[in-house]
Amino acid sequence: MSSARVAWTFVTPAMFVIVVFFGLPVLAALLVSFTDFDLYALADIKNLRFVGFDNYVDVLHTPLFWKSLRNTAYFVVVGVPLSIAVSLGAALLLHSPLAKFKGFFRTALFAPVVTTVVAVAVIFRYLFHTRYGLINYALGHFGIAPIDWLGDPHWSMPAIILFAVWKNFGYNMIILLAGLQGIPNDLYEAARIDGASRWAQFRHITLPSLRAILVLVGIITIAGYFQLFAEPYVMTRGDPLQSTVSVLYYMYEEGFKWWSLGRACAIAFILFLLILIVTRGLLRVTRAREDTA
Amino acid sequence: MSVGTNSALSRWLVNGLLIAGAAFALFPLLWMLSVSFMQPGEASHYPPPLFPAHATLANYRELFGRAGMGHNLVNSLLIAMAVTLFSLAFNLSAGYAFAKLRFVGRERLFQLLLAALIIPVQVAMIPLFLLMKWLHLVNGYGGVVVPALATVFGIYLVRQYARSIPDDLLEAARLDGAGEWYIFVRIVLPLLKPIVVTLAIFTFLASWNDFMWPLIVLSDQAWQTAPVALASLSREHVQDNELMMAGAVVTILPVLVLFLVLQRYYIQGLLLGSVKG
Repeated sequence: MSSARVAWTFVTPAMFVIVVFFGLPVLAALLVSFTDFDLYALADIKNLRFVGFDNYVDVLHTPLFWKSLRNTAYFVVVGVPLSIAVSLGAALLLHSPLAKFKGFFRTALFAPVVTTVVAVAVIFRYLFHTRYGLINYALGHFGIAPIDWLGDPHWSMPAIILFAVWKNFGYNMIILLAGLQGIPNDLYEAARIDGASRWAQFRHITLPSLRAILVLVGIITIAGYFQLFAEPYVMTRGDPLQSTVSVLYYMYEEGFKWWSLGRACAIAFILFLLILIVTRGLLRVTRAREDTA
Repeated sequence: MSVGTNSALSRWLVNGLLIAGAAFALFPLLWMLSVSFMQPGEASHYPPPLFPAHATLANYRELFGRAGMGHNLVNSLLIAMAVTLFSLAFNLSAGYAFAKLRFVGRERLFQLLLAALIIPVQVAMIPLFLLMKWLHLVNGYGGVVVPALATVFGIYLVRQYARSIPDDLLEAARLDGAGEWYIFVRIVLPLLKPIVVTLAIFTFLASWNDFMWPLIVLSDQAWQTAPVALASLSREHVQDNELMMAGAVVTILPVLVLFLVLQRYYIQGLLLGSVKG
């Protein structure tokens, strides 16, 4: 056997799985999004009809889709910067030469990342309980009246954002910590000799050095937060007043509750397109700034 | 203010904030453990109790008895083990080939794989569900295991690591007449050991914690994984906080312990994998 043919025996099993169970389904999803695939087609494929862009037009005319888009955008726009800010703060603390027991603190701060999202969502649903929840109990000490976190449409998304920050900040913390460790110490020493304050050092050394990593972390986090699903599924079921229905939650209900598979595929592609536009846009903006700097 | 008191103050501030952060991260988990030992109904009081008055295993008995959670944990364990074992075989061989073996179209194929990373997995889910239905893999381990047998992330991770293997070593073995698979098993795999552990723990945790796809493909309660069963349990028993906390404990504990034991490898994988942008 030639060496190239042997090489293919190494690659083919994995490629087969990825092509058959991911590549082809993605292409099929595009096709299905142009059909009226529903329960009738599920029973007998002869009932399937080609409907062109009808699903996309339909979805874009559905108020609940726009609501889910607004909810998801809220989650991304508030949740991503907040998560990264907490990650950066934690990374700076862990990197400080004054910090003790770094190994323990790193493990403790990272622990929420490896937990099962469904299980910790169950915990937080209880922590956010209006009457018996510890969060309202703690806020009561500061004279704040009980908040109906998961029952008031104004508070439901903030509650989910707080939960997401708790669950996810450790991941980016580790990446940013590695970035901080890569900044040469000479830079800080030179700045100290010049009499630069801590804040000035952070502004003019730390942030610029972390720039590429922050962009990377931002893109990963944005793409991940657009895929919000398990949190509202467990904590609120999309309520109150559909204030926590995310785009994926909407896709799931269209697809597997109402069996409008054509529409669900259209929603999936709209979400994909959206993630693509936002992350590419961010990349372009940060690159353009780099050029002018 | 002298320099000495300034740095003492900073030291207090840094470590105080770290303690506060650790408390913020760990408190929900510790409290979950505490509530899981409370009498049914005990946690629904004001002010919320921090510790059980009389610790009891009643919630765990209910969980494994009537709710049948033991069955779901076994499902989770078998699925996560199968996914880890088989996907390691697929990803290791492919990742090594992309790093070290020569074949036409290697770079282009790898670029294509990386490009596919930007597609959210949910896009494929509906046709994948139809495919699984057609293959009679819905409501069975196969429905979760088969699509997870190879991942771009895993292949990427192995390729990055395998590139550091010296070519001379492989050439020498070839000159001795060793076949490519023999070289892979006898020489390459031992060298890849750290990345094998990393990928194994990553895959196991991801498989155990996965929710949306198992929710779709395992609608029958008998086949459900622990997170899916817990989610449906929590939608039925909204008021039974103590029972829900026991369910959360048994779902989280296995992965948390695994992480604590192997965290060095996990963190390494996280850092290697995040450079993919």
